[in-house]
Amino acid sequence: MSATIEIRGLVKHFGPIKAVDGLTFDVSEGEVLGFLGPNGAGKSTTMKMATGFLTPTAGTVRVAGHDVGEDPVAAKSVLGYLPEGAPAYPDMTPLGFLRFIGEIRGLVGGALEQRIAEVVRRVHLEGIMRQPIETLSKGYKRRVGLAQALLHDPKVLIMDEPTDGLDPNQKHEVRSLIHEMGRSKAIVLSTHILEEVEAVCTRAIIITKGRIVFDGKPEELESQAPPSVTKNRLDWVFRKLTGGEKHPEPQLSAVGGRL
Amino acid sequence: MRKVFTILKRELAGYFATPVAYVFIVIFLLLSGFFTFQLGDFYNDGNGQATLSGFFNWHPWLYLFLIPALSMRLWAEERKQGTIELLMTLPITLPQAVLGKFLAAWLFAGVALALTFPMWITVNYLGDPDNGTIAAGFLGSLLMSGGFLAIGSCVSALTKNQVIAFVLSVSICLVFLMTGFTPVIGIFSGWLPAAVIEAIASFSFLTHFDGLAKGLIEARDLVFFASLIGLALYANTLLLELKKAD
Ligand SMILES: Nc1ncnc2c1ncn2[C@@H]1O[C@H](COP(=O)(O)OP(=O)(O)O)[C@@H](O)[C@H]1O
Ligand SMILES: [Mg+2]
Repeated sequence: MSATIEIRGLVKHFGPIKAVDGLTFDVSEGEVLGFLGPNGAGKSTTMKMATGFLTPTAGTVRVAGHDVGEDPVAAKSVLGYLPEGAPAYPDMTPLGFLRFIGEIRGLVGGALEQRIAEVVRRVHLEGIMRQPIETLSKGYKRRVGLAQALLHDPKVLIMDEPTDGLDPNQKHEVRSLIHEMGRSKAIVLSTHILEEVEAVCTRAIIITKGRIVFDGKPEELESQAPPSVTKNRLDWVFRKLTGGEKHPEPQLSAVGGRL
Repeated sequence: MRKVFTILKRELAGYFATPVAYVFIVIFLLLSGFFTFQLGDFYNDGNGQATLSGFFNWHPWLYLFLIPALSMRLWAEERKQGTIELLMTLPITLPQAVLGKFLAAWLFAGVALALTFPMWITVNYLGDPDNGTIAAGFLGSLLMSGGFLAIGSCVSALTKNQVIAFVLSVSICLVFLMTGFTPVIGIFSGWLPAAVIEAIASFSFLTHFDGLAKGLIEARDLVFFASLIGLALYANTLLLELKKAD
């Protein structure tokens, strides 16, 4: 059986910037792939191409057998995507928003309400379903985004920094959820938190400047650090692979051309 | 088609979730009433006939500012909020999204126009107007608002800044009005051949709206507005395809 996500020779240039510079990898059902890299490494750009938002400069993406460039609607139907920052329509309520997404995805009537009830239970949106999204806290907004991505129970789930800006409890909940879903889906999540990879991922890819510098199990990643490094071993490997400075910024700052 | 309808429904609900809808409708009604009664010689069209021509004659100028106010948010807001990324990774095609949003705005403009029906009742109460002519005027006004909206939607796809979208749309729509505005034509008639002037004027909203406002439903006017809407929405789709991310 072929992989659920097949990425071949993916390239994206923004003018002179080579944001993504020839990525090739597969993700199969049951895998939770942690997509790591410093700011500006090309993680979001890769995800935007994989989900059909951006057109690649070169290369192809297939999702569950559908070529994203040739049959985008079919590919998007089997995909769940949480874009960076979990955008949602601020003047809608989570209920209205999820109904909208569900209807677009072809869910109607009882099936739609049942799916909404299911994701609301899973990401804990009870109690805020009739409150405009713009009035929600960052954590709740992120969960509304997750609910949206999970609504149609997609085979393939792509999440751009799903735990960014959540408090430790919320992070823990989202990680448990991802872990639980990992068995039956192909999941890709980008993150800059290395412990997250250990906690939920079955595999890690590290990219820097649009190229893959590591692809393997999280354990293998850690084993690259010499025994002399006793603390923050993952951080050490990450810095070594990505050529970062001695004290890399722990938080994502709003850099890059996304303003 | 079902997906177009889902987009339309969400968009339309969006108008009423904020004061935009109410402000638009109230201003449209107030201004069309004011222009018609104060400036449009409602009571006297010169030959003692009850008509709504004064009312309709103001519509191009009302729409010039009000329709871009309605259309500026269509795509600029999606860009600003980042929801464009969400929308375009849902299983819909670009034309479905463009059409759904445009139809929602057009339906809304249509509702505002329909709410001017007391004018129609008033002229019937005051006199004995030609209701066929008035119906053609409403049709023309609706088509013209669609033309303005399609241009505005296309322009809104260019930027994430609604103010820029507004100013650009007003400017482009102004050109579409001016090329058929008699005083402007007068200026150019001195030094351009009549055929050229006529060709330029044939692209004007005014040229095509005037006939309809006078009650003449002619195919070329209908075709003009329909093709203008089609072309602008096609350009809208292309623009989105070309620059989705920034
Ligand atoms: N729309 C855009 N226009 C120009 N440059 C961009 C655009 N989006 C991203 N970039 C650039 O591409 C590179 C990769 O960005 P991104 O994929 O957002 O990185 P990451 O998600 O790994 O932090 C960065 O150098 C960024 O500035
Ligand atoms: Mg990113």
